[in-house]
Amino acid sequence: MTNTKTIIIRPKKGITWHDFREIWQYRELLYFFTWRDIKVRYKQTVIGIMWAVFQPFMTMVVFSIFFGHFAKMPSDGVPYPIFVFVGLLLWQFFSSSLNGASASLTGNTGIITKVYFPRLILPISSTLTNFVDFSISLVILIGIMVYYRFIPGLAGLWILPLLLVITFMIAVGAGMFLASVNVKYRDVRYALPYFIQMLLFITPVIYPPSIAGKFSWVLALNPMTGVIKAARSAILGNAPINWILLGISAGFGILVLIIGTVFFKKTERYFADVV
Amino acid sequence: MTPIIEVKNISKKYNISHQQGSYVALRDVLANIFYHPLRFAKKKVTAPFKAKEEFWALKDVNFTVQKGETLGIIGANGAGKSTLLKILTQITPPTTGEIKLVGTVASMLEVGTGFHPELTGRENVFLNGATLGMRRSEIAQKFDDIVEFSGVEKFIDTPIKYYSSGMQIRLAFAVAAHLEPDILIIDEVLAVGDAEFQKKCLAKMKDITQKEGRTILFVSHNLLLIQNLCKKTILLEHGELKKIGATEEVINTYIHNRSNRKPESSNAVSLPNENNTGNIRFTGIKISNTEDSGVIKSDAGLKIVLTYSSDYEKPITDARIVINIVSESSQQIVLRLDSDVTSESFPADLQSQGEIVCETESINLAEGKYFADINFVIQGTSRNLVKMACEFEVGTDLTAYKYKTYPDKSVCDHVIKYSFKQNG
Repeated sequence: MTNTKTIIIRPKKGITWHDFREIWQYRELLYFFTWRDIKVRYKQTVIGIMWAVFQPFMTMVVFSIFFGHFAKMPSDGVPYPIFVFVGLLLWQFFSSSLNGASASLTGNTGIITKVYFPRLILPISSTLTNFVDFSISLVILIGIMVYYRFIPGLAGLWILPLLLVITFMIAVGAGMFLASVNVKYRDVRYALPYFIQMLLFITPVIYPPSIAGKFSWVLALNPMTGVIKAARSAILGNAPINWILLGISAGFGILVLIIGTVFFKKTERYFADVV
Repeated sequence: MTPIIEVKNISKKYNISHQQGSYVALRDVLANIFYHPLRFAKKKVTAPFKAKEEFWALKDVNFTVQKGETLGIIGANGAGKSTLLKILTQITPPTTGEIKLVGTVASMLEVGTGFHPELTGRENVFLNGATLGMRRSEIAQKFDDIVEFSGVEKFIDTPIKYYSSGMQIRLAFAVAAHLEPDILIIDEVLAVGDAEFQKKCLAKMKDITQKEGRTILFVSHNLLLIQNLCKKTILLEHGELKKIGATEEVINTYIHNRSNRKPESSNAVSLPNENNTGNIRFTGIKISNTEDSGVIKSDAGLKIVLTYSSDYEKPITDARIVINIVSESSQQIVLRLDSDVTSESFPADLQSQGEIVCETESINLAEGKYFADINFVIQGTSRNLVKMACEFEVGTDLTAYKYKTYPDKSVCDHVIKYSFKQNG
């Protein structure tokens, strides 16, 4: 009985280190939730895992036909499909993570009201799930590059994990905030897809930021701009990485993550009573 | 010895408005702020001063549990049992107070928490186990036992959406039964499955509770189960701890409080007959088993004690008592106890006040709620009926029950012996 664990239950106040230690303690559950989401996602659909291949690929094809071919969108001297797919790679990770995280509480009502675990696990695991899609998209990207006989700037690839971490922070941070709001105001989930769609157009995914001309600084306010620009610079090697822009994105990511966590923890106490 | 669970001054408050507004549209809130910015600002400013409608689901609950004890928690609906469990399991935090739990805790508030219909039985065992707080290695180690206990080996690699609900429950209970925490918190989870599986669960529960060092908190409406499994019990009433102590004592208090409600004064009926004029009224009704203690079991005899008073001067002649036992689920009379049928034991002249006792042999009724509809008739009077209903509950001890199925709930095809008598 030397290492007996003692649990103290008190009225909840703020955040303590204990909260983060707890997530570590519950890492197996985090793993299981992520595993469940991945399994279920590819089991429920008829075409299973092909969905993850099909979806980004078709989006790329449609964008290439309409924006690349008809609208003659500039693509910084790279074949447009490659150009747009690099953007989509991170954008889809971001948008599905944001969507998933914000629905993570209302989607797990049954578990929240019956079992205790650190609730932070839910938005985190739903975001982790998207790494699978991301990896699949990455393979598709390589395929497209092979098709166009495009040699990527391999030296810049090391930055990809960093970009993923920044995107992860922004998505989880904002997702946690929205998840808490979603618990109380259920119409958030209807507004969000629309909002994300709008966001796609003010993020340089289908076009290079240069086409905004003197207003391109406006795009810099969007944290995903820095991430996507850096990804293109690193993979396509068409321009040097804009470290200032990336720094802004990283700073924004950390800030959003902190705000999201604080807000999430603050509203956490009544989740089980409201959902 | 320091207690393993220490509950100090636990209270939980709900704001009623908060509870109602589970679907608040952000759109409406924003529109409101936009159209009536002043009204919104005013509301925000004055809100802290306004009396909110509050509801205390729990008020100042204190108790301690020693290591190895099995504590039962009973109380009527809305007494705060579930809230207490939710606080103990950390699902919702208390408003005030503190709880100290020493050791690992696992809870079973529901059978099959986190089950996903698309996943196979095998996958769900792991998912459910992890949700309930088991380590992956632990689940893997116990996997074969779990599957064997559930009896669904054949379908373990089939998605559970193809399972019958009984199979799902069996699998879920099998996982839960293999939890091995220091403290186990269980809500009513045995109200499902067929009689045979329930028997198995009960045996397992007894096994768990009697294992060295396991501490269990057990909430149930099934008093018999509590009586069988728990030595100590607490009774909650309107969020307050009403009584804590030996299970039998607490159950008796609970049954007594619930079924022995004082009849209302409107039950006093004037029954003038040839010899007497005046009022007669019931002052008390008590329903218990013939031992006068604990739960009324299916194989127990019923004892109904009626206390009455009247301002009659002479004994009451030609009185008759008819008690109809009505099943709540079927709304049918399952037993009829008539003093005229057993007239040899019932006195011809009743004293003007006193007690009438009706005792039966084994009632053989199914588990459930019943009403005793009591009619007091004096022959040859103009108004000759005093009607009074009283509720009681019957429990079936499945571990001792020899049949595979329950006694039938809707019909009564058996005749039992009973007797009426008068106490002084």
